[in-house]
Amino acid sequence: MSRIDEKFSFLGGRGETALIPFVTAGDPDLGATLRILGALQRSGADLIELGVPFSDPMADGPTIQRASERALRSGTTLPQILEMVRQFRRDSDIPLILFGYYNPFFRYGLKRFAREVEAAGIDGILCVDLPPEESGELKRWTDAHGLDTIFLLAPTSDAQRIRLVTEQGQGFVYYVSVTGVTGARKHFEDHLRAQVDRVRRVTRLPVGVGFGVSTPEQAAWIASFADAVVVGSALVQVIEKAPGWRKKAEGAGAFVARLKRAMKRVSKKAGGDPSTSSGSA
Amino acid sequence: MPALIELEKAYVEARRDPSFRREFHRHLREYAGRQTPLYFAESLTARLRGARIYLKREDLCHTGAHKINNTIGQALLALKMGKRRVIAETGAGQHGVATATVAAKFGMECEIFMGKEDVERQSLNVFRMKLLGAKVRVVESGSQTLKDAMNEALRDWVTYVRHTYYLIGSVAGPHPYPMIVRDFQSVIGQEARRQILAREGRLPDYLIACVGGGSNSMGLFYPFLGDRKVKMVGVEAGGLGLKSGRHAASILAGKVGVLHGSKSYLLQDRLGQIRHTHSIAAGLDYPGVGPELSYLRDQGRIRFASATDREAVEALKRLAEVEGIISALESAHALAEAMRLAPRLAKNRLIIVNLSGRGDKDMNVVAEYLKASDEWQIVNSE
Repeated sequence: MSRIDEKFSFLGGRGETALIPFVTAGDPDLGATLRILGALQRSGADLIELGVPFSDPMADGPTIQRASERALRSGTTLPQILEMVRQFRRDSDIPLILFGYYNPFFRYGLKRFAREVEAAGIDGILCVDLPPEESGELKRWTDAHGLDTIFLLAPTSDAQRIRLVTEQGQGFVYYVSVTGVTGARKHFEDHLRAQVDRVRRVTRLPVGVGFGVSTPEQAAWIASFADAVVVGSALVQVIEKAPGWRKKAEGAGAFVARLKRAMKRVSKKAGGDPSTSSGSA
Repeated sequence: MPALIELEKAYVEARRDPSFRREFHRHLREYAGRQTPLYFAESLTARLRGARIYLKREDLCHTGAHKINNTIGQALLALKMGKRRVIAETGAGQHGVATATVAAKFGMECEIFMGKEDVERQSLNVFRMKLLGAKVRVVESGSQTLKDAMNEALRDWVTYVRHTYYLIGSVAGPHPYPMIVRDFQSVIGQEARRQILAREGRLPDYLIACVGGGSNSMGLFYPFLGDRKVKMVGVEAGGLGLKSGRHAASILAGKVGVLHGSKSYLLQDRLGQIRHTHSIAAGLDYPGVGPELSYLRDQGRIRFASATDREAVEALKRLAEVEGIISALESAHALAEAMRLAPRLAKNRLIIVNLSGRGDKDMNVVAEYLKASDEWQIVNSE
């Protein structure tokens, strides 16, 4: 059982939904990220998704594009990110998911990548531009190193695709709430809940929902039917706006704490209404 | 991914459908103005004192470049799939213009993504697209050129995928695009093959084409792949020289990587970040290259060369002066290689150069280049 599986089974036992904040590693530098990770964990994050910056982040909206640019400008590289993760791991056992684009992983050498990523203490890989059909080479090594490979499903995915992703995926299934790229949104489609249920019927993997979740109200609504809520761009905006390492870490922590509080108020499957989820994008 | 599977299914069906093929060829004939001439460049051949040089005149196509072949094909495909909105990325603006053109003709909504740097250097084409009723979205992220336009188009596509058709202009991007674009562009090589056989009674010794993403080169080369004696040369953008690091020669100077859904040679740093590229020709300013071209290079079937900005401008000038044809800067890279190669070959050898586009769009850039350098004097004093 991976650290990710254990976390989900622990939360599932308590009827709780996991909160997974996303931050770009190295935004604006790795010193800041190390402090932010600590703050996220202390504030109620259950797992953390750590983004590896890429020059051409085509699945990301403007917020995470900017974060990626800031990280690259400060010279952030994959080996440095892994070094930072090793430091963070000394006093944390929160599950960590490395999110990124395939080319930097591929160039690193997939065998070496999987070995070093595992050694640093990462638990899962989410490679956003690598569909399961093409993931054989990567999985060969990530499987060998006990890393979970997480895949995405979208509102356009049909039954056949849902089956493929749930069969190939590990850790959890990442359901993309809307068609499009990452970025805070004001509204969700009403049938998100039905779509998540459709996925849940064919798999025992937990189903997480991400892309566009930006307010405590939205997080709480999604928490009422999903197993995990991923919050990225809205958090990255908080980090972007705050000056200096300390303020960034404090701001990120406070935001995540608000999300978690809102999610805890809703017991799972209690329902909820998307129309009440107003938000500031 | 589901959208790509849907596209592949629709295309495989269309390809088998004789009525689809008939309609495609009818539009190529009546609307694009095909077939294009295979022109014997007599004066140029005489000056170079070597192989006989033929120009495949794609510059005479409607809208001024080969790009229209592919946009007609894909527009028909989009209609067949019931998509009423088309989007496209563009570098030099030729593909954008060709897309806006077919969107106007077939009554589809159209949005073109173009890097800010390209908008500035290809302002004429931006105006043409707007006149054709397309919306031009200026992309200010990254290097503000073709790859960033492609990123933005992909972002739009995944957002509005249900009613939007993404009309990719090069043999790059995810499968099935490289195959679709190659097939629609193959009309170039099919015609050239027939024409050279009719004119010379034999196949050419060399085919030469410029390579950015690679659509005009694949279009010319593909129907000749089985002709083992026909040599093929792809000419990449050498920019300020391969050693300067300021170029767009993905195959000659890149390493294998994965971008925009295909695995191919890519200009990138040691850690897999995509590098900024440079070429005087906006249409070649792309860090990747079609995966099939990479494969054919590895097989040894296609040789790759490069031409610098300066060599391209010189070739453009020279062709204008001796043949009265103003080529696009992109195609001028192929001409530069032909001008290097021809004098070294016997007079009975045959070269076909793909003159993929005309140069009107480049006049500002060429004028400024000549003004800024002492090139003007050098070329004139020859």
